[in-house]
Amino acid sequence: MTNQISPLLQSVEFDAEGFMTDPNAWTPEIGSAIAQALGITLTDRHWLVINFARQEFAATGQPPTLRKITKSTPVDTKEIYQLFPGGPAKTAARIAGLGKPTGCI
Amino acid sequence: MKTLLILGAGTGGTMTANQMARHLDPTEWKIIIVDRDENHYYQPGFLFIPFGIYTSGDVIKPKRNFLPPQVEMIFSDIELIEPDENRVRLTRQNRVIHYDYLVIATGTHLVPEETPGMVDGGWRKNVFDFYSVDGATALNRFLKFWKGGRMVVNVVEMPIKCPVAPLEFIFLADWFFHQRGIRDKVEIIFATPLPGAFTKPRASAILGNMLSERQIRLESEFNIMEVDAGNNLIRSYDNREIPYDVLVTVPTNMGADVIERSGMGDELNYVPVNKHTLQSQRWENVWVIGDASNAPTSKAGSVAHFQLEILIENLLRHMEGLDPLPKFDGHANCFIESGFEKGILIDFNYDVEPLPGKFPLPGFGPFSLLKESPVNHWGKMMFRWIYWNVLLKGEEMPFESQMSMAGKWS
Ligand SMILES: Cc1cc2nc3c(=O)[nH]c(=O)nc-3n(C[C@H](O)[C@H](O)[C@H](O)COP(=O)(O)OP(=O)(O)OC[C@H]3O[C@@H](n4cnc5c(N)ncnc54)[C@H](O)[C@@H]3O)c2cc1C
Repeated sequence: MTNQISPLLQSVEFDAEGFMTDPNAWTPEIGSAIAQALGITLTDRHWLVINFARQEFAATGQPPTLRKITKSTPVDTKEIYQLFPGGPAKTAARIAGLGKPTGCI
Repeated sequence: MKTLLILGAGTGGTMTANQMARHLDPTEWKIIIVDRDENHYYQPGFLFIPFGIYTSGDVIKPKRNFLPPQVEMIFSDIELIEPDENRVRLTRQNRVIHYDYLVIATGTHLVPEETPGMVDGGWRKNVFDFYSVDGATALNRFLKFWKGGRMVVNVVEMPIKCPVAPLEFIFLADWFFHQRGIRDKVEIIFATPLPGAFTKPRASAILGNMLSERQIRLESEFNIMEVDAGNNLIRSYDNREIPYDVLVTVPTNMGADVIERSGMGDELNYVPVNKHTLQSQRWENVWVIGDASNAPTSKAGSVAHFQLEILIENLLRHMEGLDPLPKFDGHANCFIESGFEKGILIDFNYDVEPLPGKFPLPGFGPFSLLKESPVNHWGKMMFRWIYWNVLLKGEEMPFESQMSMAGKWS
């Protein structure tokens, strides 16, 4: 997190790894601010992923896996790595204000 | 006459058939089990084939030998499951089976085609898997005459069955090349999508150390995009390239295609279950054992065995109109071969991370948890005998199905 931190984020609570502690406190504006802090400017393609992640979370209580995202949205694996560099499922969950996706066993 | 239908006669299905045959009255119940393959594979043994410790003959036996006579075994592909109709369609003679209870034990399988370039050009020439008999045998032929070079071991994506097997492969390879006197001519690299050597942080730290002690390079968070067989290199989504002389891959693991065809699976074709009761989340007469479910624990034979007792009890309770008991705690354990006739045992569940300590096995123990010792190696080698002679019959094992904290240091 090097880029400018929006004042909007000052009242938002994050855990030690930078995930929002309360998904209900999230708004699209907060999402954009988190993305900006991560050096990502959100496009329509990003929002496809973020909105899907929010929907999935509302339905299942879990952020979606990478495979679930690429299977359910028009964004394929190659593109999602470009949109959300690093770990795409993790980064998307962070911007969507969700908890850390549970690791695999 | 009522029908209990079991799909898949691997580790989980075979154990379930054996146990249920003991509990159900044959004048009231018919037990049918279906599998496409007449052979039963002892999959943990695949690991030893590349190094000539086992041959394919050591790990294959006829399925029929492990099932009691009152169980009807049908060899056929399963075409479709229709859970709303309590019905399963088989390919063979278009047979249709109506069931009262269904146990799904169709496991997980390899899908190398998921990675572009994997099955082109180099497949089974200098690109091998060791999660199948054919792959492990082909790799054995290759390694026998290999003079050395760069070996890259890659896990394509998680989850995979037996998540420690790639590390065991590496430890055994290190030992094997030492024995052959060519260890100094072999570079070994482990490229994994995980942030470290293993999934659980404590075990990961210890196993990571064991890699560096053996001069094995760990390339973490490597998410493979493609195998470039023309140039003998693998490329990740973030454009890292790793050249190889031989690539040993653990391809994408997925649940059976029939689960997808039947609209019963998640994005990897695993059947959603209640992780504590093993009952399907959607159909109350459908139950799942072993690798086929989405329960968030390791996909391993030991897990299927820990699930067995709970599955049997819950099936019998449900048949009597009682509620299932939420007793499965995600218990998993694994003997890890670390080469030079040593091994490690790790043991964990949904909530408890692998702990250092001794594992109490009445009559067998103690096996050291997370510490290399020769006893653990013999534990693994002995396990093949236990698997064929005790485990598949669903008999009592010297393990408890709910994790016992005795003997562990916390
Ligand atoms: C290299 C390797 C090492 C391992 N080491 C260990 C270890 O040390 N310890 C450990 O506990 N576990 C280990 N395992 C994992 C263990 O072998 C599996 O987790 C276990 O066998 C799973 O049992 P299962 O019944 O769920 O599936 P399986 O035993 O794989 O059985 C599934 C069955 O379903 C059948 N089937 C699937 N689809 C269809 C269809 N459409 N029609 C008909 N039949 C179908 C298949 O033919 C198969 O027989 C290892 C696995 C591998 C590959």
